[in-house]
Amino acid sequence: MTTPDGVWSPSPLAQERAAFRRAQRRRSALVALVSTVVVVTTVVLVVTGAPGWERARTAFFDPAYAWESLPAILDGLWLNLRVWVVAGVVGTVLGLGLAVARTSRVPALFPLRAFAVVYVDLFRGVPLLLVLLLVGFGLPALRLPWLPSSGAFLGALAIVLTYTAYIAEVFRAGIESVHPSQVAAARSLGLTRTQTTRRVVLPQALRNVTAPLANNLVALQKDSGLISVLGAVDAIRAAQIATTGSYNFTPYVVAGALFFLVSFPLSRAVDAYQARRGWGRSIATVSGAGDIR
Amino acid sequence: MNHLLSLRGVRKTYPAPRDSGLGRRSAPAERRVVLDGIDLDVDRHRCVVLVGASGSGKSTLLRVVNLLDEVDDGEILLDGEDVADPRLDANAVRARMGMVFQAYNLFPHMRVLDNVALAPRLVHRRPAAEAEDAAVEMLRRVGLAHKVTAYPDQLSGGEQQRAAIARALVNGPELLLLDEVTSALDPELVGEVLDLLAELRAEGRTMLVATHEMGFARRVADEVCFLHDGRVHERGTPQQVLDTPERDRTREFLRRLTS
Repeated sequence: MTTPDGVWSPSPLAQERAAFRRAQRRRSALVALVSTVVVVTTVVLVVTGAPGWERARTAFFDPAYAWESLPAILDGLWLNLRVWVVAGVVGTVLGLGLAVARTSRVPALFPLRAFAVVYVDLFRGVPLLLVLLLVGFGLPALRLPWLPSSGAFLGALAIVLTYTAYIAEVFRAGIESVHPSQVAAARSLGLTRTQTTRRVVLPQALRNVTAPLANNLVALQKDSGLISVLGAVDAIRAAQIATTGSYNFTPYVVAGALFFLVSFPLSRAVDAYQARRGWGRSIATVSGAGDIR
Repeated sequence: MNHLLSLRGVRKTYPAPRDSGLGRRSAPAERRVVLDGIDLDVDRHRCVVLVGASGSGKSTLLRVVNLLDEVDDGEILLDGEDVADPRLDANAVRARMGMVFQAYNLFPHMRVLDNVALAPRLVHRRPAAEAEDAAVEMLRRVGLAHKVTAYPDQLSGGEQQRAAIARALVNGPELLLLDEVTSALDPELVGEVLDLLAELRAEGRTMLVATHEMGFARRVADEVCFLHDGRVHERGTPQQVLDTPERDRTREFLRRLTS
């Protein structure tokens, strides 16, 4: 409805609809609130009403023991973070190299291409824990004098081996997601294959895979805890040491909380990035998926 | 004098679509023939227009001339030299032509300016500043001086296609290949692109054009070739082919367009 001076004001129809939508929103919010209260109360009652709750609470949530074990676990976490950064950087670089080699057609790179195929198939199909054990106990058995034998080094090496394969697949998907017409346009200008890959295909591929790549790096951060099986004193191993003898498992909860504190902002940053790029939706809207009526 | 471009007996086949994912590799008999012995000449400063139904081989013909696809047989003579010869440096040959695609194919991660300056810098090895100057000049020529720092997705379809034409022109190609360049445009944007092409024609550019726009064919063509089943079915001046076609197939094609 337009007033004589040309300014639009909502018609009675629009006002009535807006009022209806407000009522709907209030109702949705109320339902969400009640449902949340019911679920949370039920969980709390079931857990605290369990026969072993008192013992579990002292064994897993002992604040004094948590504080006591914290410095050692933080020390261990520092190792996890270093392994994470090094393995993340090395894995990303090697993964990108493998993906480019695999999609290239340069004859001299054939051995590398064949290697890339076998490598990715192999390391995608073998559990990381198994790779850790084989590298951690197999390589030292070779008694190579120049090979560091620390659990942290061998553990990081095993993680790099596995994550290089994962990350190579992410990059390969990105490269293949670039439409062939982009390559045709670049080649029609006279660009060589290499120039086309570097200037046209890879920049677009990297944009397309930012989110899945970041997801892999978050997963790598958590998996860095697996190096504890090789005796490296990381956060998990430090927690394990603290529980030994005391029969108090609070340090595990502390280690878990620390891992979560590191990975949570990362996951959220990835979600925010994806939302900004228009993929996916924020998870915690009351109405659930989408705004479509 | 040589023709700038001559096709002699050019043949191109593609693997026929398989019935299932389990089929064996297609034998020669199972391949779909797209170009079945094409003979065609384009003289300097002339404009040859290819018309024909979808699937008649127009786009494939342009792609094989641009060496984006390899021919099965025949010669593609560029200024008398057979560029279908696999021993030749295809990149150098492509750098002598400019191709414009139906879907523009601009690089979405680069500004319009960098789209146009890319080939002068990488292919012709010109210094960055010089390449950018040439790109800006060419963008001004196509009426996009105010859009140099925009990204392709910030442009209208007509502007994107004019940017793509600037990208094809900036190296001073001897031959322009235009593949259905207005087919993806909204009707009200077709005119600005066709006007630009008519100007290029008037400048004496050598052009090989695939189009569905019969009005445009009439306006710019020195010769019209009607492609059917991978052959040049009828050829002549626009008046001969489009107004007084001799062959039934040509008449039928034109009748379908106007009905």
